Amino acid sequence: MTLAVDAVFYLFSIVCVVSALMVVVSRNPVHSVLWMITVFINGAGLFVLLNAEFLAMVLVIVYAGAVAILFTFVVMMLDLDFTGPALRSKQTLLVGLAVGAVLLGDLFVMLSEWSVSPKAEALRASPTPDLSTVSNTVALSRILYTDYIFLFQTAGLILLVAMVGAVLLTFRRQRHQRQDVSVQLARSKSETLKMNRVENGKGIS
Amino acid sequence: MDINLVPATPEIVLAVFGLALLVIGAFVRKDAGALVSRLAFAGFGVTLALVCLMAGWTTVQEGLNGLFIDDAFARFAKILVLASAMIVLAMSESWFRRDDALQAEFPVLVVFAVVGMMVMVSANDLMAVYMGVELQSFALYILAAYQRTSAKSTEAGVKYFILGALASAVMLYGMSLVYGFAGTTHFAGIAHVAADGARPVGIVVGLVFVAAGFAFKVSAVPFHMWAPDVYEGAPTPITAFFAVAPKIAALALFARVMVDPFGPWIKDWQQVLLVLSILSMSLGAVAAIAQTNIKRLMAYSSIGHVGYALIGITAGTHDGIRGMLVYLAIYLVMNVATFALILSMRQGGQPVERLSDLAGLSRTAPWAAAAVTVLMFSMAGIPPLAGFFGKFYVFMAAIDAKLYTLAIIGVVTSVIGAFYYLRIVKIMYFDEVGTPLDEFTSRVNSSVLFGGSALVLLGFLGMDWLVTSAQFAGDALLKHAAAALF
Repeated sequence: MTLAVDAVFYLFSIVCVVSALMVVVSRNPVHSVLWMITVFINGAGLFVLLNAEFLAMVLVIVYAGAVAILFTFVVMMLDLDFTGPALRSKQTLLVGLAVGAVLLGDLFVMLSEWSVSPKAEALRASPTPDLSTVSNTVALSRILYTDYIFLFQTAGLILLVAMVGAVLLTFRRQRHQRQDVSVQLARSKSETLKMNRVENGKGIS
Repeated sequence: MDINLVPATPEIVLAVFGLALLVIGAFVRKDAGALVSRLAFAGFGVTLALVCLMAGWTTVQEGLNGLFIDDAFARFAKILVLASAMIVLAMSESWFRRDDALQAEFPVLVVFAVVGMMVMVSANDLMAVYMGVELQSFALYILAAYQRTSAKSTEAGVKYFILGALASAVMLYGMSLVYGFAGTTHFAGIAHVAADGARPVGIVVGLVFVAAGFAFKVSAVPFHMWAPDVYEGAPTPITAFFAVAPKIAALALFARVMVDPFGPWIKDWQQVLLVLSILSMSLGAVAAIAQTNIKRLMAYSSIGHVGYALIGITAGTHDGIRGMLVYLAIYLVMNVATFALILSMRQGGQPVERLSDLAGLSRTAPWAAAAVTVLMFSMAGIPPLAGFFGKFYVFMAAIDAKLYTLAIIGVVTSVIGAFYYLRIVKIMYFDEVGTPLDEFTSRVNSSVLFGGSALVLLGFLGMDWLVTSAQFAGDALLKHAAAALF
């Protein structure tokens, strides 16, 4: 059983890492977005292995379903040159690799001295409801809507501000053509229609 | 579970106010901007009164399931933030009105930014920190790009947004590391982990990432690159807002996060802040010399001031935190008054922002020139003006904490920095007049300018009172940090 789980874990994680690499090196941005969807789906698989079904579903619905589609739209609407090199210059590549190497080094330092605080386990478990009685989606929602209601509401405000900003920065105050039914019905023929007798060969001046 | 809403009353009131203003702005047809702007001003006033009167100086209340804390430190910072937002809002009305650009969304976004700042300074958990920072930042990104017909303003918005998003990502990564290795994001919990001398490397790495994110938010060197461009590109009233309120909130947050949860690891963060502080002071002093645009100059000046305020946090002592708070209060007065001048600078009705435009101000407006002279001397830190006391208290704290290099570099850079502050005085009094500035018509701006310089001039009379209040605030922070350990 554990062997099977291990195999699935490595399958998901290897595909995940390879696709993540492809996101960066693909020449065509549309391909990058597609690779990113692969990353999300495999990430969701990893969450399932960790018994976090809710996070897995959210990752698929929100990220693969909504965010990635939005990206695809944006990418396809921009007039991009697909033939150019994926990386602008050697310099970008070098800086990117250097930053990556430093971050990787950090991770190794942390992992080699894997000293999680001995109190961490108890602290982490303290807000969690008893998982033997509720499913993890219920557990999450219980914490999110009660203990962390403050964060939930603040997140709502953040989204509101983002929306106000999007409207403010893109909305153009122009005169809208509105249909006013009563005005339309109240029009009489004499106001709007004028009969002209036009002679042959001459226009109306 | 304990959802106590009482400590967060000011925030809730202000947020509800913001929502109401949004609706009013959408439905009022005529002159909605001015109406909403005045209502927002009133809303800030009500919130300020709530912050001041709701609880005594020494009360400490935790609320909202421990995510939120209301203590003297938070109240001190909130008073500064609310006061600066009020003054800036009052000053911006006339500026926008001339260009007919005052939309109802401007005051609404300022209100939400301030709600974010209040959450930041009252945060008692890393998640609340992040929420506050994002609420504030989102509103600020939009404000930077507010004048969307101006290419510079749009550029400022995009630049600020992209770099800000990166900084937030770095900060969030740091927080996730802290959570992973400490098992909690709650401040008291993190301090509890540290109590028995544990020092997991993961927490230290996370701490550095979090500090880098904060350094971006306060625009400390080497995370300052966005500041001059954003300050120059954003409309001037918004620059005035950027220069004061978010800095105060972010520095207060920086102090709380370093001293409260990460207090036991002071040896680890002290060196980081030391470098940030030295670099900010030096760059702020040197890079401002070459500037010709007064808004860019103020950006570099604010980078320098952040360096001095960071000295207080670096010391990490009672005196250090007290010095930082005193510094911030004085910084607020000086900066708001200086921006009152910049907002009044117009030639033929058009706003101007070159330093050389100030030439001959001593002849056209002698009183204003005298007021600006006082402000510039104070920014340079010349006694007996208020700016001197700000620097004095942080330098004393650095010396008491045996950070001699920091104090010496601070003194040297403030001497270098004096050059460009005094150059403004020289331009006003001795340079040949090109086109003179228009007469200052806005009464609000003039009263802020003269009021600010009078406060700076006579500040030493009230210094005792300010220092005592800051002492209370600093004590509240450190006492809370110490209590979490046992």
